[in-house]
Amino acid sequence: MDYYLILALAAYVTGAVGFFGHLLAGNTAWHRIGHAFFLGGLVCQTLVIFSELAGTGFLPVGTLRDSLAFAAWALALVYAALDLRYRVMVLGAAVAPIAAGTLMAALFLPVEPAARPDLLKSAWTFFHVLPVFVGDAAFLLAALVGAAYLVQERAIKKKRRGFSFNRMPPLDTLDRLGYACVVLGFAFLTVGLVSGFVYAKSAWGRWWSGDPKEVWSLVTWLLYAALLHERLAVGWRGRRAALLAICGAAVILFTFLGLNLLLLGHHGQFAG
Amino acid sequence: MELLLIGLNHRTAPLALRERLAFSDDEAAFALDALRREEALAEAVLFSTCNRVEVLAAAEDAAAAESAVLSVLCRVKGVRRADFEGALYRHAGDEACRHVFRVAASLDSLVVGEPQILGQVKKSYRAAVAAGASGVVVNRLLHRAFSTAKRVRKETGIGGHAVSVSYAAVELAKKIFGELSGKKVLLVGAGEMAELAVEHLMHNRAERLFVVNRTLARAVALASRFGGEAVAFEGIEAALKIVDIVISSTGASDFVIRRDQVKAVMRPRRNRPLFFIDIAVPRDIDPAVNNLENVYLYDVDDLAAVVEQNKAERAKEAARAEIIVEESVMAFRRWFDALDAVPTIKAIRERMEAVRAAEMEKSRGALKDLSPEEVEAVERLTRSILAKLLHGPTVFLKKGAHGRARKRDIIGAARDMFSLDEEEGNGNGE
Repeated sequence: MDYYLILALAAYVTGAVGFFGHLLAGNTAWHRIGHAFFLGGLVCQTLVIFSELAGTGFLPVGTLRDSLAFAAWALALVYAALDLRYRVMVLGAAVAPIAAGTLMAALFLPVEPAARPDLLKSAWTFFHVLPVFVGDAAFLLAALVGAAYLVQERAIKKKRRGFSFNRMPPLDTLDRLGYACVVLGFAFLTVGLVSGFVYAKSAWGRWWSGDPKEVWSLVTWLLYAALLHERLAVGWRGRRAALLAICGAAVILFTFLGLNLLLLGHHGQFAG
Repeated sequence: MELLLIGLNHRTAPLALRERLAFSDDEAAFALDALRREEALAEAVLFSTCNRVEVLAAAEDAAAAESAVLSVLCRVKGVRRADFEGALYRHAGDEACRHVFRVAASLDSLVVGEPQILGQVKKSYRAAVAAGASGVVVNRLLHRAFSTAKRVRKETGIGGHAVSVSYAAVELAKKIFGELSGKKVLLVGAGEMAELAVEHLMHNRAERLFVVNRTLARAVALASRFGGEAVAFEGIEAALKIVDIVISSTGASDFVIRRDQVKAVMRPRRNRPLFFIDIAVPRDIDPAVNNLENVYLYDVDDLAAVVEQNKAERAKEAARAEIIVEESVMAFRRWFDALDAVPTIKAIRERMEAVRAAEMEKSRGALKDLSPEEVEAVERLTRSILAKLLHGPTVFLKKGAHGRARKRDIIGAARDMFSLDEEEGNGNGE
């Protein structure tokens, strides 16, 4: 499997080079090439995941190594999907290196046998794990878009027109894309949490066990619920929404990485 | 045959002189007809825009051609040569070619990179073709000029940035809102620059215009010009709740729009972004509104700074464009040099010999049973068929007894017929 993952990694790296080339030269040919490689990497990794799923019946998220690779895949997937609609070309220059870096980090970790208790061999894990990863990837993307928004907003406010001003998409496009990311992430996270609770009830007989990952996931969910509510109710948009999206991503990174590394709670027993 | 360009432009002639020499469409047609009749000129095309009057000609004798061109200009426009002699520039050969390419690519324009000039050059070209004044050389040169201009536009950022204050405002609005369709504009006051900005915005599909003026009649007049709506001066605050772009240009000595007013409308607006363009001096809009979230304010100095930066940007891109022009000049030179009977005949022979050799090669299998002598006989046979076939065209081209101007046309046609200039690419496509 590793050969295919290394192939995917090479494709992501080449994609990143293309995206950066476009950013620096402003030539869309660079972007086309970068995007083609990036999509190639995504397809390659998708095939790896499917063959794993078909072979073992598990989504490959049993170890930190697998989880990281899976996270890279989810991010690439969400970006590719949103790109179909929004075509914010400069974003690739942020997404491709992150996907590549995450996958590379995964490949550097030693291969260890995944803890695969039979209770994970259930359709529920699929409907719990996949939405949570996709949702988190969408939130991460929202944060990247938010960062781009802050840079561009500052350039316009301070009347400093330079590199970013010329290359970055319009503020409104970034704002709408960030909102779309948050809505997408929220929907997936909600599905993931609900299926998680239902599954916990059926497996352990209780909805909620106070596991740190559960707690922080709920915190994340509440945070984004607040963001969406404020936007719909009083029109929190632009800078404030961008900042909140960045905070949310920080919480997610902590939930994902921090808790995985600290090996806490029952999520820790199959993510370490 | 020589290329020659004579003319004057915004750098050499003041507006008053350019006005006197500018050709209307009818005058241009008349002048082209006169140029066609001139014995000294083989081909000619006349460019006349508000910034230039130029004649590009192909002729055997440059000095005779020059005086022919000038006498036509004087005759048609009723001016004396002494009136504009001092403003004239003359370019010959590659220089003339380079000049036309630069003009078409908007490198010689008052505002470098402005897009209208290419259309004007094309129009001049069509008029020359219609009048029968142009010919194979000038046509070819202009087609090259069009493709060069297209390449310059595509490969450099020469037309990329706004270089007028009113257009810079539109560019900024696009950086904030993306698409301007569906956006509403409020114009406070009046003034040329503000109205120009409004025109650009409406042209970019802004949805609706509201006009506020101390004199309601003026507001109504302006609003009707753009199909907008006049609003009483007291209605500014209500208007701020619904519009997205505000252009202010009043003669008021005090702020017309204050920070607290804007702050108050942001909540009912649900924080939708609001873009203020303050063209007035003294300023109409409290600079502090720029510190409000989702509010952006640019005043006249900010816009002027944008324009300055963009101009510098264009100058950089122009340097890259010059390289593209230089490539085109060299390509045209190669074609021009080949546009003579001897090189054309040579090229046709080479092309045909290549076809013959290739066909021989293909038939090698079928001829494998022949003895070397027999193969040699087939070779000779095919060669002599070729020589017989090419004899007529060769004599025809060599004689050149068709009048000087027609000779170029015939050679040009021959080159096209045998596709000798294929590598030049898109020579015929506009």
